[in-house]
Amino acid sequence: MAIVSLQSAIASHVRDGQTIALEGFTHLIPFAAGHEIIRQQRRNLHLVRMTPDLIYDQMIGMGCASTLTFSWGGNPGVGSLHRLRDAVERDWPQALMLNEHSHAGLAAAYVAGASRLPFGLLRGYVGTDLARVNDTVKSVTCPYTAEILTTVRAVNPDVTILHAQQADRDGNVLLRGIIGVQKEAALAARTVIVTVEEMVDAFAAPMNAVVLPHWVITAIACVPRGACPSYAHGYYDRQNAFYLAWGRISKDRALFQDWMRRHVLDVTS
Amino acid sequence: MTVAASRLLWDGCVCFVGIGLPSAAANLARHTHAPSIVLIYESGAIGARPEVLPLSIGDGELAETAIAVVPIPEIFSYWLQGGRIDVGFLGSAQIDRFGNLNTTVIGDYAKPEIRLPGAGGAPEIAMHANQTFIVMKQSPRSFVGKLAFRSTAGFLDGHGARGRTGALGAGPQAVITDLGILRPAPDSQELQLVARYANVSDDQLMRATGWALRRTPHVAVVPPPTMSELQALRALHARTRRARLPAASISATQEPHE
Repeated sequence: MAIVSLQSAIASHVRDGQTIALEGFTHLIPFAAGHEIIRQQRRNLHLVRMTPDLIYDQMIGMGCASTLTFSWGGNPGVGSLHRLRDAVERDWPQALMLNEHSHAGLAAAYVAGASRLPFGLLRGYVGTDLARVNDTVKSVTCPYTAEILTTVRAVNPDVTILHAQQADRDGNVLLRGIIGVQKEAALAARTVIVTVEEMVDAFAAPMNAVVLPHWVITAIACVPRGACPSYAHGYYDRQNAFYLAWGRISKDRALFQDWMRRHVLDVTS
Repeated sequence: MTVAASRLLWDGCVCFVGIGLPSAAANLARHTHAPSIVLIYESGAIGARPEVLPLSIGDGELAETAIAVVPIPEIFSYWLQGGRIDVGFLGSAQIDRFGNLNTTVIGDYAKPEIRLPGAGGAPEIAMHANQTFIVMKQSPRSFVGKLAFRSTAGFLDGHGARGRTGALGAGPQAVITDLGILRPAPDSQELQLVARYANVSDDQLMRATGWALRRTPHVAVVPPPTMSELQALRALHARTRRARLPAASISATQEPHE
């Protein structure tokens, strides 16, 4: 584990063509790290996230991604992710391959990845067209009951990137609030980068809070407000107004590019 | 529609809630006749009691007011697949006569005319919840003869097809729209009109449905909202608007994390 700048963490560990998961279910979405990947112009990434959210909309629109594994790709409570739609519907700025799951299925795939099993198991996808369009969704016969159960191929990202509330001086990381699949996504990955709101001497957290120990983490960067416009529980609220405004900004290619230039590309991390 | 949907939930019911209309209806029920309803959001919030309607499925308000906040794999495996949910409460872009849902694409999957957000939690909510309620506006674009994509299974092709898949939940038992309420026919499981709002005409219903909508012999009239239901709903929306006001003054062009 190394405590480094965000710029250095991305430069050292994120390569073109890798499978990358920036997780955080509505909460603790690593926006600052995604923006740094955009600035460093990574290409042909296979992006994995249950809910692509605005951060993947931005990365897709800026040409970072060629494949997307996901389970729900909307702007929560608002509507479409227009950059995601433009890539799927009109190949702009490039074609995007989809590997589409349900939430339960992708969660099971992360659990399998963290457990280093080849596949996750669930009762799911039955009667849907998802299994028809996703060849990582198959089935297996239960050896005990002969029931046919659904399998999903494990997800093992090259790099998982999270945002968390705190890291201590040893590099242990604390997350609390809505914790989504962050622990599973981190433990499924080969390399784990975490941005945090602050560095502290010791956590004042209940013993069952989610702590990722320092030896599963590759690099930590201190990036206050690194999850904004999503939120960091105990630090700042979700900017729901920005999520609403993004519908308009992202709908138009030129407006989107102008916004990204002014607020991401021309900003140093 | 929100009021009619809220009435189907009972006090003490354990309800897995989708965002938007289902969340509004479920919270209205909690503020009116079902104060002990248990609301579960797929973000992991169990027993959430939000004072304002969340914009997203994972707003901080849900976590802060919940009995417990659990990881996503747990919410789907232990709570949903584990059979702990009475009602799955969903919205959808499209529905067919057997209550199957499309939230994935309009057009061809590989090159869609419109790429919709996708399935999210719905396929397994619809599979495992004891029953599902669906709330959505009724129009020829949303109530279609044939779905472009089946994101979530209702009764499949009807006539017992769902039961033969081994799905334990009873499937879509009510569809609440802005025109009325549909329920599955006992034998075919085809959705049929069981109630309508007082001012809705036959012609309106026919034009808003992409198939020949059947109806029960005696279609009831949905009682109009009571004063207390309307007051609770208006108060909920007013609180929600106020809560979003301070944030609304933030410039859309403000750098989000610098």
